[in-house]
Amino acid sequence: MLSRVADSIYWMNRYIERAENYARFINVNFTLALDMPMGKEEQWEPLLEITEDILYFRKKYDTVDKEKVIDFLAFDTDNPNSIYSCIAHARENARTVRENISTEMWEQVNSLYLLMREPKFGSGIMTREPMLFFREVISGIQSFRGITASTISRSDAWHFGRLGLFLERADKTSRLVDVKYHILLPSAEDVGSTLDLLQWAALLKSVSAYSVCRRKYGYISPNHVIELLILDRRFPRSIYFCIKEAFLSMREVSGNSDGNSYNIAEKLMGSMHTQLEYTDIQGVIKDGVHEYLDRIQVDIMNISDAIFASFFAHSNIDK
Amino acid sequence: MSTTLQANFQPYIADGLFDEAFDQAGRIRNTYAAFGDSFNLLAQAKIREMQYATVKAQLATGMTFNVYDEGVNKERILPIDIIPRIISAADWELIEKGLHQRITALNLFIDDIYHDQKIIADKVLPAEVIRSCPNFLEPCVGLNPPHGIWCHVTGTDIIRNNDGKYYVLEDNLRVPSGVSYLLENRELLKRNFPDLFETLNVRPVYDYTHHFMELLREMSPRPHPHVVLLTPGIYNSAYFEHSYLARDMGIELVEGRDLVVRDDCVYTLTTSGLKQVDVIYRRVDDIFLDPSAFRRDSLLGVPGLFEAYRKGNVALVNAPGTGIADDKVIYAYAPEIIKYYLDQDPILPNVPTYVCDRPRDMDHVLNNIEELVVKEANASGGYGMLIGPQATKKSCEDFRKRIKADPRNYIAQPVINLSTVPTLASGRIEPRHVDLRPFILYGRNLKVIPGGLTRVALRKGSLVVNSSQGGGSKDTWVLG
Repeated sequence: MLSRVADSIYWMNRYIERAENYARFINVNFTLALDMPMGKEEQWEPLLEITEDILYFRKKYDTVDKEKVIDFLAFDTDNPNSIYSCIAHARENARTVRENISTEMWEQVNSLYLLMREPKFGSGIMTREPMLFFREVISGIQSFRGITASTISRSDAWHFGRLGLFLERADKTSRLVDVKYHILLPSAEDVGSTLDLLQWAALLKSVSAYSVCRRKYGYISPNHVIELLILDRRFPRSIYFCIKEAFLSMREVSGNSDGNSYNIAEKLMGSMHTQLEYTDIQGVIKDGVHEYLDRIQVDIMNISDAIFASFFAHSNIDK
Repeated sequence: MSTTLQANFQPYIADGLFDEAFDQAGRIRNTYAAFGDSFNLLAQAKIREMQYATVKAQLATGMTFNVYDEGVNKERILPIDIIPRIISAADWELIEKGLHQRITALNLFIDDIYHDQKIIADKVLPAEVIRSCPNFLEPCVGLNPPHGIWCHVTGTDIIRNNDGKYYVLEDNLRVPSGVSYLLENRELLKRNFPDLFETLNVRPVYDYTHHFMELLREMSPRPHPHVVLLTPGIYNSAYFEHSYLARDMGIELVEGRDLVVRDDCVYTLTTSGLKQVDVIYRRVDDIFLDPSAFRRDSLLGVPGLFEAYRKGNVALVNAPGTGIADDKVIYAYAPEIIKYYLDQDPILPNVPTYVCDRPRDMDHVLNNIEELVVKEANASGGYGMLIGPQATKKSCEDFRKRIKADPRNYIAQPVINLSTVPTLASGRIEPRHVDLRPFILYGRNLKVIPGGLTRVALRKGSLVVNSSQGGGSKDTWVLG
């Protein structure tokens, strides 16, 4: 597959996954705010921490409140990570690779883009129908995944897409857990309080993991949440699961079934996969959850750079 | 079958112009009779709904093109009007024969110009015309493209005058665009009038890309060819078409930066290394193809590409150099060219053309500029033009000066009134001017795709059908 095309498909999928995660985070926080115990302040700043957009935000606004955060994360065209920007980037990438994806995939990305541009959405949505918008984005993206799975041949386009999707998802899950653990860390008397529980439940809901957690463990505790979202073998948004799936696609695009001559990206991903495979929750806690997640984010960044160097850049070919 | 003006078309006035659907007495023509009957059964609201849904579908499928407007890059659609342009079998037979003849002759002409230039030796065409033609590419002299074919894809512009006759307006032998709209228009119209396609036996167009892919493969220097489509990129106004054709033919859409040349062979840069390319359908103009052979500042091209082509290691479609025949001065010689190479009279006439480089023609143009259309010999897309009857005194004077300063660069033609077709205007159906761009594929066989792209000037009275200037398009039906 053309390197430029692989690059575009990879990023199209990352952007789409990013948009979905943003929509989930905002949607859940919005609902959470409705359940806040009296006297507790709504917390919107952590959303900016999860997405690492806080520095951008501060350049634009002095104070943090719901309207500003939602507008900034959903519609702001100056914010390169806003849902709007992500969908626009994804569509732009899709336009350059239409011959490599199915017509239905293109039309779905295009319809998401047209949805964003509908006058009933856009800035100032808070006074209208905020929830509807986020639900439509999420379901539109889920449709995209379904369409992709049922229309695209399992060749390079599929695998580079999966690399983008799962690396982005692993990164966002790690940031989500980190924020609750690191920033929303409750004071001693709040542990186990309604607020604490509410936050853990919200976190699970934002990645569709609430009932999975209940079913698996019976009740919700921080350690269970961490185990589920970092190490679970079967849950499709756990970090382990994402890296495992990404690694499968990595091996397909590298074509190293004989197990020889690995490229850097494959090596890095293989070692990350193995590391996650042989870790357990006690190990993570012993290392420090924040430190552990931090390392995961660094690993993902390095892998992304290595994918660029190994597949997209052709730095070894003198043009 | 009713022959009077039908309810949904009222009050439709052909207004002294040649209308494709109605004659001057308001009687529907035979070609439109069956369509008219069926269309007349539709409620007005239904017609508006069909039109709305069609444009909506264009947006949803991303049939857009980019235009620069005051420094901002905007995406637009080329709106389809749901009332088709219908051509009778007899008219089509004439057009098809005429195009077959013309393209065959022009290809022989191009080949001759880059070889022995017999047509000049025989004094049919002045040597000066070729010497002064900016589209003549010196590096192409002596080249022999596969099967002797230079203009593989042509999109000839044809118009119909008040006399009801068809005329060739432009040849477009370089990188003509519009075929994707032709194909997509048909898909969208099928949704609106499924029954009519069956009963009228409209000739199908869906096999265009099949024939085209066959043609591309025939040009390959090696068996099992690797064929790619070279595009200038996403900001090119025809990007939708490049993407559409690549998708439909199952070939890679590449940009200059995706290609490298090694040892005079062309390769794509892939995730698993270099892969050799055999045939390039290129939608990049000649002079931008290769900065080492033509324009040095081209960022779209691939250094070394022309040398690889010259050595026969890669085929280019269309071949570089075909632009000579797009020069409007050479266009004026088309009847002589057809006579010279085929010993036949042209089946499709040219629009009468005054070549300002001929003193007698120039005098006529200078004296009658207010009644003529003046064109630069090598401009296109509606640029560099003067429409005398609509122009101010000042711009007429300006063009007189420009013609006198550089007569070789100007031609003039009488104003041609393009024929009209009923078109949905706000609230009712009115006549709008159209032209016709059939597409011709020239591989081992020469094929004219039945119909073509009908472009329509959506503004009332306008004769400018260009997409950049308020034009739309129509599906074109050739009756079986």
